[in-house]
Amino acid sequence: MPTTTIGSNEIHVDDEGFMTQYDEWTEDLGTALAAQIGIEMSDEHWKAIRFLRSDFTEHGETATLRRVTTLGGIPTKQLFTLFPKKPAKKMAYVAGLPKPRGCV
Amino acid sequence: MRNLVILGGGTAGTMIANKLRHRLDRLEWSITVVDRDDQHHYQPGYLFLPFGGYTHEQVVRSRHAFIPDGVDFVVGSVEKVEPEQDVVLLDGGRELPYDQLVIATGTTPRPDQTPGMLGPEWRRSIFDFYTLEGAEALADALAAFDGGRLVVHVTEMPIKCPVAPLEFTFLAEAWLRERGLRDRVELVFVTPLDGAFTKPVASAHLGGMLDERKVHVETDFMVERIDDQRKVLVSYDEREVPFDLLVTVPLNMGADFVAHSGLGDELNYVPVDKQTQLSTRFDNIFAIGDASDIPASKAGSVAHFSVEIFVDNFLEHIAGRAMTGAFDGHANCFVESGDDKALLIDFNYDTEPLPGKYPLPVLGPMDLLKETRTNHLGKLAFRWIYWNVLLPGRPVPLPALMSMAGKNAPTTEPDEQEA
Repeated sequence: MPTTTIGSNEIHVDDEGFMTQYDEWTEDLGTALAAQIGIEMSDEHWKAIRFLRSDFTEHGETATLRRVTTLGGIPTKQLFTLFPKKPAKKMAYVAGLPKPRGCV
Repeated sequence: MRNLVILGGGTAGTMIANKLRHRLDRLEWSITVVDRDDQHHYQPGYLFLPFGGYTHEQVVRSRHAFIPDGVDFVVGSVEKVEPEQDVVLLDGGRELPYDQLVIATGTTPRPDQTPGMLGPEWRRSIFDFYTLEGAEALADALAAFDGGRLVVHVTEMPIKCPVAPLEFTFLAEAWLRERGLRDRVELVFVTPLDGAFTKPVASAHLGGMLDERKVHVETDFMVERIDDQRKVLVSYDEREVPFDLLVTVPLNMGADFVAHSGLGDELNYVPVDKQTQLSTRFDNIFAIGDASDIPASKAGSVAHFSVEIFVDNFLEHIAGRAMTGAFDGHANCFVESGDDKALLIDFNYDTEPLPGKYPLPVLGPMDLLKETRTNHLGKLAFRWIYWNVLLPGRPVPLPALMSMAGKNAPTTEPDEQEA
């Protein structure tokens, strides 16, 4: 499994750069990962990311957009504004979670 | 006397009733199957109906004909399950107490969930083919279609039979060519995924097949609404795809009673352990087939393979022993590609579809991830197997768990995507 260095942290990632170790993530790292894909974190961004983090511990899977909208209470339209073009993947990337399964 | 109640008389429910009736003592266990009607549809057949391939009679039989003696078949709508009381409530007030419950009520297309889909253009210029009525209406529309933009669209994953939209596209392309209409039609495939399919090797392969057929692919498209007056799909990020004829796969959801009973996730699928399919919350409720939230294809083949594992597990479970079988998410799908050819894909939770031979290494006779006429004949033959071998619960000579024998693993990942 490759590793990469963000700031002063060495983290484990998959081939596409998604973090693979849940516990290696911190909010500072989230800010740095967001910057890598051109996103400056705001309170609204954090609301989504914190939902993904806590949902993952209960559910064991990266939340889908629908799950973030239905259970996290953030409209899909807003997710596309916050994380343009590929919100599901970008949120997973910033939250240090596996790339969402497009399902199967 | 203990009661096993099975909600849903589709592929999974019918197979379970047949297999367990042979394995459970009749003096000890009663089995009841509930469904809202008595029509069992061979759903893979819907794919061929729009092109005049099958008749109504070839894809519909009565459900009760496949339910064995010694099993009660109840026609009725489930209002809710009361999992704390171990009872199922039917519309009209009938109560069915259970000791063990199997939820096998599948997944259903819900055009009502996308604004503009179920409006005045529904079944005029907007069609689905995941219902018998939709597939039949689409046959009429295609017969009258003489050119323009034909858009095949997937609303949101997961959907039942995730390869079917691609198959429809391949079949439509071949059908248009045969009728001399191909040059007058712009074919577009619109998907919420970032490629033609969900798994990298197959996605690259199937994406290449769309390219060869000059089908334009619009990826990462999450539809927000359909503007039925202008006839355009509009995405959340405000892209637009105009159509003359839209063939859409609406949002798929599990049964509403699952939500009313507090047993579902955000799409009414029942959260279960992905190896045993036992509810994560109730020790006497299983969800099998499309009704569960397992991360496998929603497909008859998954229902079939998982039932094989489930039956032995269930017998251990009711005997108070630990369940020793572990379902691996095995799916096995023929993918029609037009011109009387098809591909075959075979995969599970951990292994994506790969090229090779199936079911026997080298000998095949089926080729994996490759278009052949043998695969197409296999797909056609499957309808007979479904009615005569699979549903009655007779042994199908294919292993339930996926095997790597005969598969060629890739040496490099073909797929590099941005985050």
